Amino acid sequence: MARLEDMPKEQAAHIANLDCPTYVTQPWVAGPPLSQRRVALISTAGLHHRQDRPHTGLTPDYRVIPGDIAPQDLVMSHVSTNFDRTGFIQDFNLIFPLERLRELADQGLIAGVADFHYSFMGATDPRQMSGQAGEVARLLLKDQVNAVLLVPV
Amino acid sequence: MGGLAHYLESEGVPTTQISLIRMHTEKIRPPRALWVPFELGRPLGVPGDRAFQARVLLAVLRLLEAPFGPVLEDFAEEAAPAEASFTWACPVSLPPPTEPETETGQLAAAFLDEIEHLATWYHQAVRRQPEVMVGASGLEPQAIGRYLGGFLAGRVPPNPRPELSWPWLVKLAVEDLKAYYFKAVTAQPGQGDPGSARLTDWFWGETMAGRVLLKLYFILAELDDPEGHFLARYLLVPMSQIHRLHRRVH
Repeated sequence: MARLEDMPKEQAAHIANLDCPTYVTQPWVAGPPLSQRRVALISTAGLHHRQDRPHTGLTPDYRVIPGDIAPQDLVMSHVSTNFDRTGFIQDFNLIFPLERLRELADQGLIAGVADFHYSFMGATDPRQMSGQAGEVARLLLKDQVNAVLLVPV
Repeated sequence: MGGLAHYLESEGVPTTQISLIRMHTEKIRPPRALWVPFELGRPLGVPGDRAFQARVLLAVLRLLEAPFGPVLEDFAEEAAPAEASFTWACPVSLPPPTEPETETGQLAAAFLDEIEHLATWYHQAVRRQPEVMVGASGLEPQAIGRYLGGFLAGRVPPNPRPELSWPWLVKLAVEDLKAYYFKAVTAQPGQGDPGSARLTDWFWGETMAGRVLLKLYFILAELDDPEGHFLARYLLVPMSQIHRLHRRVH
């Protein structure tokens, strides 16, 4: 129920009043059919390897998530307490659909899955993330990624 | 999310995204977005439902084949709600809450007992589903109980992870504690997914852990630490449970 009318009033008002960035340009990068796409995941759920530094504030830095991460090593340190985490506890694909992507690759629906994926802490103002996003973009291109799926939480 | 999409696309990386708040996506106008009617925290819709998640995934990935943009489409399929007729009662017999809570030690001890009581089901959950979604704090459940219970004395207890500031360790510990409770209580056979609202209401309204954390809100607000105040005010109690604080005041 990510419809504002289904949320507690205070939460709906908070979300409705969040300051969203707007941009003058509308970048658009064309590409091959989906079956030729090598896909990377970028999550804003504050995910990271359990041995990596947790997120401790509204910071724009990202964490690297290797494609061969064991599910039990994937943890979340997003700062918000206002989204459901019980689903993630049951099935990490609900927020980080790495296994689902692999299944699509096995079926030939996408070309493949990137070696590295990334996660930001989504409560941070996105305008602060532009520098880090540029760095991630260069890493993605080196990883021969030609499609990124961004997954919110 | 849309901001990240803008920056990445500007750098030559094609993007597509799931959108949970349509209003925000309409304002930001990222290159490609699929709005989904799922609750926050469930962008792929239904835990454990591979076919459903695959349908969401294909729908958002296929936007990459749109000839021009920005594109904003809606995913039409709803996630099935928790069954209205399903009577879900907490399957774990927890020790009765202590009333009145005039003895801090009594509450702290009951809290640790409750954590211990859940351990057998938590281990069953981990055995059945080895993905352990707890652990960002680096503390085991009993250590979390001792650390958070230590605040009941009205002061900051020793920090078991001094490389982290104590407010952020509290935050991580609280989220790990909730994950431990949720994982344990849904571990019994036939429980299914009772839905986030029921689980959240159970945790905050019927457990010793919920009582401790509601008390923690007021304790942190009284400490002389701005980070502690910020944690208490914004990051400790979900908005859906704020009414329990008002009940405690009155």
